[in-house]
Amino acid sequence: MTSTTEQAQRGGINVARLLMSFGPLMFLAVLIVVFTVLKPSFIDPINLFNILRQISITGLIALGMTFVILTAGIDLSVGSLLAFCGMVAAVVAKGGTANTLSLSTTGTQGYGWFAALLAAVVVGAVAGGVQGFAITRLKVPPFVVTLGGLTVFRGLTLTISNGGPISGFDASMRWFGTGLIGPVPVPAIIFAIAAILCHIVLRYTRYGRVVYAVGGNAEAARLSGLRVDRILISVYVIVGFFAGLAAFVLSARLNSSEAVAGIGYELTVISAVVIGGTSLFGGIGSVGGTVVGAALIGVLQNGLQFNNVSSYTQSIVIGLILILAVAFDRWLKSRVRR
Amino acid sequence: MPAEALEPSPSPALLAVEGVTKHFAGVTALSDVSLEVRPGEILGLLGENGAGKSTLLNILSGVMPPSSGRIVFDGVEFNPHNPQDAKRLGIVTIYQELSLIPTLTVAENIFIGRAPLGPLGLVSWRKMEEDSRGIIARVGLDLYPATPVSALSVAEQQLVEIARALSLKSRLIIMDEPTSALTETEVQRLMSIMDRLRRDGVAIMFVTHRLEEASAICDRMTVLRDGRLAGHLDREGGPIKLPKIIEKMVGRAASELYARPTQRDVAGDVRLSVRGLRTMRDPQAPHAIVLEGVNLDLKAGEILGVAGLVGSGRTELARAIFGADRIAAGTIMLDGKPIAPASPADAIALGIGLVPEDRKHQAIFAALGILTNFSIASLGRYSNAAGFMAERREREALASYRKTLSIRMASPEQAIEGLSGGNQQKVILARWLARDPKVLIVDEPTRGVDVGAKAEVHQILVHLAARGIAIMMISSELPEVLAVSDRIVTMRRGRITGEMPGIEATEEKLMELMALDQKQEATQ
Repeated sequence: MTSTTEQAQRGGINVARLLMSFGPLMFLAVLIVVFTVLKPSFIDPINLFNILRQISITGLIALGMTFVILTAGIDLSVGSLLAFCGMVAAVVAKGGTANTLSLSTTGTQGYGWFAALLAAVVVGAVAGGVQGFAITRLKVPPFVVTLGGLTVFRGLTLTISNGGPISGFDASMRWFGTGLIGPVPVPAIIFAIAAILCHIVLRYTRYGRVVYAVGGNAEAARLSGLRVDRILISVYVIVGFFAGLAAFVLSARLNSSEAVAGIGYELTVISAVVIGGTSLFGGIGSVGGTVVGAALIGVLQNGLQFNNVSSYTQSIVIGLILILAVAFDRWLKSRVRR
Repeated sequence: MPAEALEPSPSPALLAVEGVTKHFAGVTALSDVSLEVRPGEILGLLGENGAGKSTLLNILSGVMPPSSGRIVFDGVEFNPHNPQDAKRLGIVTIYQELSLIPTLTVAENIFIGRAPLGPLGLVSWRKMEEDSRGIIARVGLDLYPATPVSALSVAEQQLVEIARALSLKSRLIIMDEPTSALTETEVQRLMSIMDRLRRDGVAIMFVTHRLEEASAICDRMTVLRDGRLAGHLDREGGPIKLPKIIEKMVGRAASELYARPTQRDVAGDVRLSVRGLRTMRDPQAPHAIVLEGVNLDLKAGEILGVAGLVGSGRTELARAIFGADRIAAGTIMLDGKPIAPASPADAIALGIGLVPEDRKHQAIFAALGILTNFSIASLGRYSNAAGFMAERREREALASYRKTLSIRMASPEQAIEGLSGGNQQKVILARWLARDPKVLIVDEPTRGVDVGAKAEVHQILVHLAARGIAIMMISSELPEVLAVSDRIVTMRRGRITGEMPGIEATEEKLMELMALDQKQEATQ
């Protein structure tokens, strides 16, 4: 009895390790196959690029969230921050909040897409930095600080926009949301470049090591000479930056900045990171996992929609997948540790 | 002492432990230990760290069963399955870490799980407070029963625990190091309460490191050594003498494990010089140990052993020098220049390294690979100006330490938690060696390290000192201190109490110095 279980374990370790690294990826592959069998048009490049475009917004934020969760933190404010940064970008792009409803395509009054992009990412990064400061210096837990941020940024958004949208950007800005390079949507390219950069930073730089170390054991990191507070602030700056970037792309795509944009995004984003295998306790995870996690959610949403599953049922399925993914991860780890 | 008035009690034993043995996964923690506690007496249970005291306590309080042997309580065989069983029979253990719930009141803590009920089946708060008043008066406490426990000092909390134990009609109270966090006057108060309980016929088992306290209050002592019974001592007319206790505790010749290094010629310059060092009292923890003016010199190429019990201030000294705790007064000089490290990062930049005492919580990144665990304090050396890791150089450095320190590991990517304690500690040592420190402080370097690797760690320390690094080694294991130190200082209550060259030191001499309050100039 014992010898057979031992054998199973010994044989199982490699399989378990393999599953741990590639589990989400294999699950993604299975999903794609299933949806294709159900409806062959699912695999059409047009639909696949459509999925890419859909996941790139939350995917961008999930990249930043990976840094935060790697330090055992959390940022619940990203949805509201996205709306706020989008509104700031709109104001800059259009030179004010006045012509809210105009659909002008000339945009001569504004400051152009570059200023809008810059404003969005700077505001996002600064907002993240302020939250990071509150977390490290005022010693308020990240959950609480960013829960506060969630309502503060939404309130700020509604204040500057007076509750309504700001619409109508010039073509050069809209290109970032709707343009194509060859067959590939521009948002997907932005997401891909950002993902590669984040992967390089986490995997190959000093800063990446430090992020893992702080999440792995903050006290040991401090006693190893790391400036833990600065590092923690920096990850909130990064997630804020990505919320700003995502906001710019979303506004460009919709040709409008909505005051109610991004509601509930924090949950999709955190789900993507966690499904991708990043531990909420910090120190474990990767950008690759997050990309797969985001793709998994995107494929699931799109595939279910493709098969006329109601959005209500979609919520149920995605929630259950989240729980199962983490349960599976736990189970694998308990096997590998033995 | 009032105890002298007592006749040697011939009464039958309340608790008899007969030939108890305990194995853990191949390790024998306790081997054939027997002892007795009689009603109305205080039995001291003494022994060095690892002697088996905690294992015995855990067996008696029902936390774990013995592997073999018999325990008889009040004439009946006693096989507790859990702590509740032991409690029901009247055996209460008061642990070093107090078990009161800080947010509840004194009365609620005393009556936890058995609150007196009123006519409607609701808690009768009035009765609870009235009864509490009587119970806490028995231990000489004058407290309002509705005070939250968090507002009490450690000593007061201890007394509340004892009061609770009494209210449970305890017949045997086991106290695990009750005095380790108390001040002198609080210890006196506890002693007089123990004496009162003894007169009331309660049996007390007093587990302690503090020999002079044990000597003052105990009627008899049982000494454990390496999991075995080292002997029993009886009060004969007067208190049991310290040298007799020390002889029983030490017993063995310094074991072959702790082979002394060949005598090294240490004539280095003073590297680190500490004068009048005091640390801040944390308002959150007003009873924690603080440094009360420490003077110390550490020479290049020297291993300075710091001996002292838990709570003597040795770890606080290490943390203060390393910038991990705030300094209230005093100076630290490194190579003749005053330094004031405000954080570990500052201290590290100045060339100081610390191998902390709690490896799991303070040193290793359990889930991360050995490579990151190794290089985390010297990332700057293994990366380029743009911030990219120079992984080849990093791996080569790790490979060379793997060889010189003989670290047994599968690959640099392996999670460090998969290594044995000894190999983990070698990785942590390599972490500091990679920085080429001037001063290396090692706090309990072989805690949780298996016997074979201990000697290896000691050898590494000796080699490092030979390279000119000034090493301060803190340890509660005296054989270890004796084995590797060129010079030894002892600490107690945040002060240095003695100093002697390593060759002259013996366990007996160090224990005597560790029991002093102040450094006496004559101790040289």
